[in-house]
Amino acid sequence: MAVVRIPTVLRPHTGGEARVEVDGATVGEVLTALVADNPALAERLLEDGKVRGYVNVFVDDEDIRYLDGEGTAVPAGAEISIMPAVAGGAR
Amino acid sequence: MRFADISQAVGRTPLVGLPRLSPPGYEIFLKLEGHNPTGSVKDRVASFLIREAERYGHLQPGQRVLEPTSGNTGIALAAICRVRGYPLTCVMPENTSEERKQTLTMFGAEIVLSPATEGSNGSVRVAREMAAADPEVFMPFQYGNTANALAHHETTAPEIIADLPDVTAFVGGLGTGGTVTGVGKRLKRWNPDVKVYAAEPEYGDLVYGLRNLDEGYVPEVLDLDVLDGRIKVDSLRALEAARRLVAEEGIFAGVSTGASVAVAIRVCARLPEGSKVVALSPDGGWKYLSTGAYAPGDVKEIATAISGTLWA
Repeated sequence: MAVVRIPTVLRPHTGGEARVEVDGATVGEVLTALVADNPALAERLLEDGKVRGYVNVFVDDEDIRYLDGEGTAVPAGAEISIMPAVAGGAR
Repeated sequence: MRFADISQAVGRTPLVGLPRLSPPGYEIFLKLEGHNPTGSVKDRVASFLIREAERYGHLQPGQRVLEPTSGNTGIALAAICRVRGYPLTCVMPENTSEERKQTLTMFGAEIVLSPATEGSNGSVRVAREMAAADPEVFMPFQYGNTANALAHHETTAPEIIADLPDVTAFVGGLGTGGTVTGVGKRLKRWNPDVKVYAAEPEYGDLVYGLRNLDEGYVPEVLDLDVLDGRIKVDSLRALEAARRLVAEEGIFAGVSTGASVAVAIRVCARLPEGSKVVALSPDGGWKYLSTGAYAPGDVKEIATAISGTLWA
C-alpha cells in the first residue's frame, strides 16, 4: 500500500482527498489503480498510458524519470507525489 | 582584486568545505554565490544576458529591458542596467515582499505587478504580453535564453574545476534550470563520470494554488538529460538544512541553499566513499529574514506557517 499525494488542482477528482491510499508494486500499477478509482483523473495524468509531460511524479522525493519511469518499484509505505511543473520563484 | 566597475566584479566566488555537515567519508563543498556584487548567483546570469544581447545587436544603447522576476535576477539586472544605461522594468507577482520591491526601486527599476494567484507563471505571461505589444523593449527572458546556462558553462563550472578538479558530483537548485544545465554540461565534458543532481523546491499549496496541470511550465533553458536525479525538498527540510548550515558551519545562506545541501547529504549514500560533492548556494540568508524563516522557535511550526511564501 502506498500513499499518493494529490495536488490541489486535482482534488475535485478525488472527492477533495489530498492523500489517497492505493495498492501497486510499481508506479504504473499505482497510477492505474488510482485512475480506476477516480476516472476523472485519467486524462489529467496520463497520455497513452504514460505520465503526461507537464506532470512530475516522485517516489519518496525522487523523480521517477531518473529511476525506472512507470516501472519504478514502490516499496510498502512509500509516498508518491504528483506535482505540476512550475517555473522558479525567487530565482 | 581590482575592477573598472561593479559589472566586472562578477564570479570567482569561494568554494568552502562543510566538514561538520558532510557524512563520514564524504566531502561536501558549497559554492558561495552570495559573494557576487548584488549578493546572488544571478549576477552571473544578468551579466551574460546583457553582454550576449549587446554582442548580437539585440540591445541598443538606452533601450528598455523587461523581465519577469521578483527576485535575484531583477536585482542583478537592475545593477548592470544601471551602470550600462538601460532602463529596466520588472514584472512580479503582487504578493512580492516590500523588501524586494524597495530594493528594485532603489536600483531604479520600474515595477509592474501580476496577479498573486498566478505566481511566477503569471509574471511570465504578463511580461510576454507587454513585450509583444511593444517592439521597443528587449526581454532577455532568463527561462528561455541560452545565455543563462552559458553563464554557468563559461564561468561557474570552470571555477569549480579549477578549485576541485576531482569533483564527483554537483547539486544545484531547480528554478530556471540554468545552473544545473550549464554547470552540469561543462562538468560532464570535463569528466563524464560526474553526477549532476537537481534539488527541486516543493512549494506549498498556496504557491501551486489552483494552477491547471496543463499550464505547467518547463523552462526551455532546462536540459533534463543532463541530470542523474531530481529530488524534491519540502520547506521543512530546506529550512532545517539552512539552519544547520549557519549553526554548525557558520554560513548564513538562503532557503534554496538549504535544499541543495539537504540533497547533497542525501546523494552521498549512493556515491562511492571519498566522493567530493559540490552544492551551489545561490544567495545569503539576509533577504529572507522578513519571511520569518530564521526566527527563533520550532522549525516545524515555522515551516508550516511560511511554506506558501518561503520560495515565492
